[in-house]
Amino acid sequence: MESALNIFIKSIFIDNMVFAYFFGMCSYIAVSKSVKTAMGLGIAVVFVLTVTVPLNYLINEYILKEGALSWISPSMADVDLSFLTFILFIAVIASFVQLVEMVIEKFAPALYNQLGIFLPLIAVNCAILGGSLFMQERAYVNIGEATAFGFGSGIGWWLAIVMMAAIREKISYSDIPKPLKGVGITFIITGLMGIAFMTFLGIQL
Amino acid sequence: MSKEKEPLFSAKNMKLLTNPLNQDNPIIVQILGICSALAVTAKLKPAFVMALSVIAVMGLANVIMSLLRKTVPPRIRIIVQLVVIAFLVILVDQVLKAFVYDVSKQLSVFVGLIITNCIIMGRVEAFALGNKPWPAFIDGIGNGLGYGIILIIVGFFRELFGAGTLWGYKVIPQSFYEAGYSDNGLMLLPPMALILVGLIIWIHRSWNKNLIEK
Repeated sequence: MESALNIFIKSIFIDNMVFAYFFGMCSYIAVSKSVKTAMGLGIAVVFVLTVTVPLNYLINEYILKEGALSWISPSMADVDLSFLTFILFIAVIASFVQLVEMVIEKFAPALYNQLGIFLPLIAVNCAILGGSLFMQERAYVNIGEATAFGFGSGIGWWLAIVMMAAIREKISYSDIPKPLKGVGITFIITGLMGIAFMTFLGIQL
Repeated sequence: MSKEKEPLFSAKNMKLLTNPLNQDNPIIVQILGICSALAVTAKLKPAFVMALSVIAVMGLANVIMSLLRKTVPPRIRIIVQLVVIAFLVILVDQVLKAFVYDVSKQLSVFVGLIITNCIIMGRVEAFALGNKPWPAFIDGIGNGLGYGIILIIVGFFRELFGAGTLWGYKVIPQSFYEAGYSDNGLMLLPPMALILVGLIIWIHRSWNKNLIEK
């Protein structure tokens, strides 16, 4: 269990989705104008990542990996379907997002109105597919670790976008060079925040 | 179809090709597809390979979706787009693995992330679904080039100042190092890519005043 905790903390601070890998930058820049909307999207990302990463872990383990199909019959042990990774992962993500959208709409209309536009956007947020692909590349040993990674990455992304939104709300009153206003300064601030986050690299887990 | 046939490289089509390079650049003006753009630019070579892959996927995805535009019901178009793009990306990934394995290893998950690269979805959605295949193809190539240019500029500066090399070859002479020059390791770290893009946006908007945000 300890290693799952390590992975959780590591994926929030050290391997932060935004600052270390630039995942989900498009929506990160577009939606970080106010803390409230940033919060909504952040929570949606946490939720979708926490579910899709373990789901894709199971798919990878029992369908895609070399020898993964041996549970059907031993003769299929040398089938390697890993070239289908992208298409299966994205199908899982897209259909899961669709499902979540329908369920939330039915049972929690208030939450649906808050998240509304963000849910469909999440299907094409690179953070989600990136999370699953990193899970596959780093080969976590059990589903607990995969879940911890998914949840931690989501929290990391949420943290980054909420912090950014808070800073952007403040700097909208400051006097910055005109051509740098808006997107330009957002990039530079994200870079500086990334440098700040690099101090976590020294942590031994 | 009664209209007179437009020449292949008419002024309108050329505009589709050149606009994304400057005024309508996907990265620094439309702010699309940044995720993959920054992560692969620590060296020039992966940045170049990535740019080529995106150009290829984008041109083809635009053509295919433009051909399908009348048959796909709008409700399921997102899924269809994802499947088409994922199929093209799988092709690109297999080609890269076969011919430039070391670069493919460096790009790691970022080849897969071309699928969710918002430029491709964005252009398919905004352009290919409403236009004929040939303009759609040009639009795809143009936007791919606009993306590639930024990638190559960022990759060039990061590799030159970060490692003193270009395309893996030493370009800063040894005498510089003896005189006390040293490589700036910070340039190779992820945050510098963001800061560089921020600076490019600054310079670009100082030239194109109409893009300045209110």
